[in-house]
Amino acid sequence: MKAPFSSIRVALLAPLLIAADKPVLVPDISARQVQIRYSFSGAQLLLFGAIAYPQGRAPARPADVAVVLRGPVQPILLREKQKIAYIWMNADSSRFRSAPSFYSVASSRPIRDLVDDRTASIYELGIHNLQLSPGSGALPERERHFEAGLLDLRSRAGLYSESPRGVEITDGILYRAVVTIPSQVPVGTYTAETFLIDSGRIVAVATRDIEIDKSGFERDVWLAARRYRFAYGLACVAMSLGLGWAAAVAFRRRL
Amino acid sequence: MHIYLPIAGQSVNALFMILLGFGVGVLSGMFGIGGGFLTTPLLIFYGIPPTVAVASATTQITGASVSGAMVHMRRGGVDVKMAIVMTVGGFLGSVVGAAVFRMLQSTGQIDVVISFLYVLILGWIGTIMLKDALVALDIVEAKAARKEAPRHNRWVASLPLRWRFYSSGLYLSPVAPLAIGFAAGIMTVLLGIGGGFIIVPAMIYLLGMPARVVIGTSLAMVLSVSAATTMVHALTTRSVDIVLAGLLLIGGVVGAQYGALLALRTKPDLLRLALALIILLVGFRMLLGLAWRPDEIFSIEYL
Repeated sequence: MKAPFSSIRVALLAPLLIAADKPVLVPDISARQVQIRYSFSGAQLLLFGAIAYPQGRAPARPADVAVVLRGPVQPILLREKQKIAYIWMNADSSRFRSAPSFYSVASSRPIRDLVDDRTASIYELGIHNLQLSPGSGALPERERHFEAGLLDLRSRAGLYSESPRGVEITDGILYRAVVTIPSQVPVGTYTAETFLIDSGRIVAVATRDIEIDKSGFERDVWLAARRYRFAYGLACVAMSLGLGWAAAVAFRRRL
Repeated sequence: MHIYLPIAGQSVNALFMILLGFGVGVLSGMFGIGGGFLTTPLLIFYGIPPTVAVASATTQITGASVSGAMVHMRRGGVDVKMAIVMTVGGFLGSVVGAAVFRMLQSTGQIDVVISFLYVLILGWIGTIMLKDALVALDIVEAKAARKEAPRHNRWVASLPLRWRFYSSGLYLSPVAPLAIGFAAGIMTVLLGIGGGFIIVPAMIYLLGMPARVVIGTSLAMVLSVSAATTMVHALTTRSVDIVLAGLLLIGGVVGAQYGALLALRTKPDLLRLALALIILLVGFRMLLGLAWRPDEIFSIEYL
């Protein structure tokens, strides 16, 4: 991993930002692109940056930082199993139109100590404040039940996570957080949002995009399976015939 | 060593998959079965999405049955005409099966149906095989003076339009093998199994085919139907993972050769007993999965 940032860069940026009367966030990410290759088993991203204060130095009581990394939104159908006639089967389901495929929030202190519930839900800070847009017409209890199920399922898969002390702030100016991405995340454009929070208010927001994409052989296979279905199927059949034949020939001499 | 599966969209332990393929390959070489009934549930237990597991296991079956079919072909143990008729039935079955698959997928009951069919088929076949094996090993007394089964099934004989199948020495309607192939095709798509352990008894008891050509013909048919089903999956569900299938095949084709060697040195009745127990065990595990509270109550389907 490369060094989070150089002090030279902060020194260069600081004079430019002095003119503003509000603090500004200067965020960066250890990688702008994540490539999914054959050996991909998840990734760790370092989200870091600097808080540029108007006077060029941190106030006596430093502000807090929350970092959110979210994946592309996918409409999903969540099914619930129930025991019917001694058998567990899918009995009920609920739609979520805007569930993020990945969501991770890290903050310098627990979210509930930083902002009130209303602000947290406006900025979708914390997994319980995600706006999942459940299907209309559902009873609120049922909706909550399914939401809890989705959050639990994805939390245990490592797709939704919260780390209440995951952001480290150095000298009130430099911040850093490490986010772990599991291997089963979908491809797409991810956004990293950084919030500067002071006395319960969001004082600055900055956003960066990260591209997660399959690359090389994995990408070719994935595209081939989608675009050239017939040729892909033929390739699979040819591979199995070829390997079966090769083994038969290789072993015939030993028998 | 972890390797990323492009279609399944997750990384798996490559060595584990090769070993899994090898283990199933040994069994398939020993018993002359495709082994799909073991691969698919094991992949699902591992956490591979059921659709990908079924489709990729189908590809593995093709590879596992190549060497067996080659050996029987050389020895003249394949009734080519019969195999072609059954393959046509199998192909129609796999197309219909794919439509059923989609329908069940949209209602969300595909997993239950897959498990339920597994429990039924494995329980039924396993019990019959266990009984046969125990009788053959003289552990259980055979039913006294068992009536000799008629060579021709009455229902099969009453079907119209008769053809001659010279290799099998049969004169019967092609509708019967077509129907058997059709059923096997549906099972291949739905369950990711070649259906060899269903086709073989059906060919012996329903069609009255001589034992000489049964195994070879069923292998030839499983080979072509599983290849056709791989195509159907590639065209419709798009869930054949070539990397996963490749890993399973590398272990599987080698394992099948060792299995064939092992089979030569073991008593066939003991083999049948072992296979019956394995089949019952897998069926029982599936039954538990249906009856016990599952680990995950909720499941996600992408729209």
